[in-house]
Formats: sequence, C-alpha cells, structure tokens
Amino acid sequence: MEKPKDVLLTPIFDNNPIALQVLGICSALAVTTKLHTSVVMAVAVTLVVGCSSAAVAAIRHYIPSSIRIIVQMTIIASLVIIVDQVLQAFAYEASKELSVFVGLIITNCIVMGRAEGYAMHHDVKLSFLDGIGNGLGYSFILLVVGITRELFGSGRIYGVEVLPLARDGGWYVPNGLMLLPPSAFFLIGLIIWAIRTWKPEQVGKS
Amino acid sequence: MPRDTVGRTITVAVVLCLVCSLLVSATTVALRPRQAAQRRLDKMRNILIVAGLIGEDAHPSQAEIERLFERIETRWVDLEREATLVPKEEEESIDTDQMIFLPPDMDIARIKRHPRFMEVYFVRNEDGSLDQIVLPISGLGLWSVLHGFIALDADLRTIRGLGFYEHKETPGLGGEVDNPKWRAQWRGKTAFDETGRVCIRVEKPGGGGGSSDDPCHIDALSGATFTSKGVQNAIHYWLGENGFGPLLKRLQQERNDGKA
Amino acid sequence: MEHYISLFVKSVFIENLALAFFLGMCTFLAVSKDVRTAMGLGLAVIIIQGITVPTNNLLFQYLLRPGALAWAGEQYAELDLSFLGLITYIGVIAAMVQILEMALDRYFPRLYHTLGIFLPLITVNCAILGGTLLMIQNEYNFPEAVTYGFGSGVGWAMAITVLAGVREKLKYSDVPAGLQGLGITFITVGLIAMAFMAFGGIQL
Repeated sequence: MEKPKDVLLTPIFDNNPIALQVLGICSALAVTTKLHTSVVMAVAVTLVVGCSSAAVAAIRHYIPSSIRIIVQMTIIASLVIIVDQVLQAFAYEASKELSVFVGLIITNCIVMGRAEGYAMHHDVKLSFLDGIGNGLGYSFILLVVGITRELFGSGRIYGVEVLPLARDGGWYVPNGLMLLPPSAFFLIGLIIWAIRTWKPEQVGKS
Repeated sequence: MPRDTVGRTITVAVVLCLVCSLLVSATTVALRPRQAAQRRLDKMRNILIVAGLIGEDAHPSQAEIERLFERIETRWVDLEREATLVPKEEEESIDTDQMIFLPPDMDIARIKRHPRFMEVYFVRNEDGSLDQIVLPISGLGLWSVLHGFIALDADLRTIRGLGFYEHKETPGLGGEVDNPKWRAQWRGKTAFDETGRVCIRVEKPGGGGGSSDDPCHIDALSGATFTSKGVQNAIHYWLGENGFGPLLKRLQQERNDGKA
Repeated sequence: MEHYISLFVKSVFIENLALAFFLGMCTFLAVSKDVRTAMGLGLAVIIIQGITVPTNNLLFQYLLRPGALAWAGEQYAELDLSFLGLITYIGVIAAMVQILEMALDRYFPRLYHTLGIFLPLITVNCAILGGTLLMIQNEYNFPEAVTYGFGSGVGWAMAITVLAGVREKLKYSDVPAGLQGLGITFITVGLIAMAFMAFGGIQL
C-alpha cells in the first residue's frame, strides 16, 4: 500500500511529469514568458488534474471500458470549461493572455495520463493526491521556467523590476531570445540535465 | 458485474452527459454577468490609459474607473453612413452584431471585416468642452490583428496617445508596440496634413525617411517591419474616409464654425 | 484556387502547428525515436486532422456560433452556445478517432496494424484540438477548413519526421550522460524551432 505522502510528493522531483514522463509540454512553452501567467496556469492545471482524477476514481466501477476514453474526456472537458469561465470572471487579464491555452488543458496529457494510468485503479483520496502531486510537479517546472524567462527576458519578476533595463536608464540589456518559445525548450532541456545529474538513477529510464 | 452491456453503456453515457452539462451550464449562466462586467472594466481601463488619465501599469478599483469615466461620454457611430453619431434615443435599437465586410481593395488594414456600429469616446473638461476623443483602431501586424485605441486632442488633428490592448506580436521585436518609450513619441504628432489627408508614416529613423521633427513621422520599431506597417495601416484606415474620417471632419467644421 | 494553395503552403510551413505554435509536443517528443514510426504517426495525424477540422467547422457554423441556430427557427436565433465549444470539439475528435479505429480494423486490417497503436494517442494530441481552435479563431469557411485541416496535418507530419531523422543521427553523437535522451531532444527541438521562426511573417 502506498503512503499518501509519497503519492503526493514523488511526482515533484523523482517522477516529474514534464521532465521524466514527457507530458504536458505544449502549454508549458507558451505560457511561461511571464511568471504571472505561469502561476495562473499552474494553479488551473493542478486543480483540474486533482478534481478530474478524483471524479474518475469515484465512478471507476461504473465506467464501461468501451467508452472509457470519451467518459474521461467529458469529465476533463467539463472541468476545463468551468475553470475557463471562472478565470474570465475573476482574472480577466490573465485569461486574455492565456487565450487558447486554457482550452488546451483538455489535451494536456498529464490530466488524461493520470486519469487513465492511476485513477482507474485507485480510490478517490489517493487519486486526488496523485493528481495534485502531478500538478505540483508540473507547476514546479513551469515556475522555474517562468522566473528565468521573465527575469532575463524583461528584467522583472512577477512584474516587479529586478534588473533595471538599459532602455529605461539602467544597465541590463534584456535577452530577447528568452521571450521566444524556443528558449523554453532549452531551459527544460537544462532542467532535465540538472535533475538527472542530481539524481543519476533516472538516466536512461525513459 | 457485467460492465459492457449496451444498455449499461448508454445509461452511463446519458447520466454523465446530464451531470456534466448541468455543471457547465450552471457555471456559465451564473458567471456571465460578472464576466461581462470584467470585460467592460478592462476596456474602460485601456481607454483611460490611452487618454493618459491613469498610468501605464495602474490597476485602479472598479469604483475609481467608474469615477474617472464620468468625464467620458460614450457615443455609437454608424460606419455604414459616413460615421454619423447615432442619436442617443436610438442607441437601444442598435444591432451590435451587424458586420461590414471589406472588399480587398478597401481593406488597407487587412482586417477583413468590422462591426457596423462602434463606440467612440469623448473626454470632456470640467466645463463640458472637448478635451480629447478616443477612437478604436485595429490592423493586421505580423502574427495577428492588433486592437487598440488612438486619442486625438480637441483640435482633432494632434495625437494625444496610442496604445494596443490586444496583439500577438513577437516579444522584444513587434511586441515593443507596448513599450512606453516608443508610444511616447506619438504624443504631439499630427495625424492629418493641411489638405486633411492622413499623413502619419511609421518609417525607419534617419536615412530616406523623415526626422523626428517631422510632425507626421514616427520611428518604426526596429526589427519589426510588419508590425510597424500594420500600425500605420490601422491608423490610415480608421482615420480615413471609410473609418472615422468623416466624423472628425464634421466635428472640425463644427468647431471652426463655433469659433467664427 | 490560388487562395487555397497559398493557405495550404501557409499551414504547412509558415504556421506549422508543431514548430511555430508548439502544439502536440508530448507525442512529438515521445514518438520521434525513429523515422518509420514517426511517419506512421504523421499519417494518422493527417487523416484525423483532415476529418475533424472540417467537421468541427460545420458544427461551429450551424450549431455553436452566436446566432447559428437561426435555421431552426426565429426563437433560437438569439442563442449563443459557443461556451460548449471545447466539449463539442473534443467529443468529435474522440469519436472520430474511435470510429476511424473501428473502420480501419474492419476494412483495412494492414493499415490498422501499422497505425493502430497511434490512434488512441491522437485524442490527447493538442495539435488536433489546437488545429480546430485556430481554425475557429481565423474564421475559416468550409473549403478553407478542409484545406487548413489537411495542410496543418501535413505540416505536423513533416516536422515529426524531420525530428526523428535528427534523433536517429544523434544516437552516434557523444552527449554528456545527464543530457542524453530527453534533454538533448528538447534542445534539438529548440534549435529546429528557431530555424522555423525564419518563416514568420512571410505573406503569400
């Protein structure tokens, strides 16, 4: 029997969904130019993964296997629409910046992967924790990439100026590459390198 | 327990659909008024920024925005009928979904279409005289259409400010349309030449282009030809004869008559 | 005709779903180890994209768009069902994938054996849903949607084949231990994406 604490914590470093399972990358690239959007996205995804895993686990004995995928999809899509609507009502600016990427949480493989791979065989509580844990693992990478890109790309962290920019009379000339999508690939590549150097047992696992 | 009988599959599908659609519809209906209010506030905030009534990064409260907006009179314009102001009493009956489709030769801003009725904003001084007018503009940049506002002084020729609230231009290049420094150079430029034509040119600084003393010249964004061109096209279309041009001409006429 | 050819070229190269919009990355990275499998998956994406984008276009035009239900009678003309968009599109995608799987199994068993394992993967491929969402954002009509769906599928297939080719060569390179496999793949994709950014803004 797995301990609830492990279920929650392993996905953050030991089995990170982005770095090791290669899941949920599309959205990770597009929304990380600023820390603020990264935070909103991270919270949204974590909630969706947690709730959808719990919901799937709750009705797992009733789902006929022939329509399994579409049932999971329906649950996830409903949750995502709700999140999208709530964002539009309470965090309008963030929802404007995230645009289609809120909708694309539906196809974020982390959500689907946890529903199919874990929640179908575990009880509600563990599935919920597993979902939240994977969401946090995703959030971890998102926040690291978000901080790096905002700091070096526009000299700010969470909108607060840290490195005074040359164009406003400071000394820092921002690195424009950081604001372009390819930089997220480089950063995630480097994060994977760092994690694997720190925990060498993960080399070659995937 | 057999799970895959036809009856059971259908029951599960139907029940699930019912539950999910109830949840989704309930949230949507419950949140719709709040969303509409948020959208309206966001738009008002952007108008205030372009008009220079609040700072760039300011996030005033709803009450504050409403208070500042008391100076601003919102009027509808009918772009099908030479940008005439819709009389206040007819505003109720406006069909906001009606679109004007632009044939390619008319569509200099490359936006394909725009609503027939659009809002313009008259910013008044304390004594009721016109301080500035804020007009919506849009035009295709590099990646997608830029949406923004342009503010003109009471003489309806001098530019007070310009800003875009929605665009997807490349950060660091075309995305610099948001740069306060770049936007500051618009202030005080003239949008129309003596003959009343739109004369703004967004072009390379120095070289063959004009200098910064030229009242019609704006330095282009470096490394962002398409975005710069898009901004220029947007202004030429929206201040031109198919946009708000006729409205501005009439207002200028009225102003001159009033003076004489 | 010219219009459709230019739209096709644009959706394949300039607005490449994988390399300009970064959609479908999970499968893009996971299934690009060798060229043969990559091409199989690419083919499956082309087929599904070619079917779902036009289908969703019809649904949007005649069901979801504000005022789309006018054909059903005056009293429905005011309805705006666009908030049901996401759930409808993903439903169509999941259903199409399932139907295609069954149809292939029944009528083209050989093709089914090649493509079979990839089909379920496609439901959660953001490129498919992303293609539909971008089609709606760009307000394409039906023939344009057919062209765009097919073109964007071809573009994605091309991108994954290119990456698989590079990765096959990479096997013989001396990469630091921690960076091997996934790490270097990310960096490779970053470089390919930078190359593709040069297409940005080309107007046809």
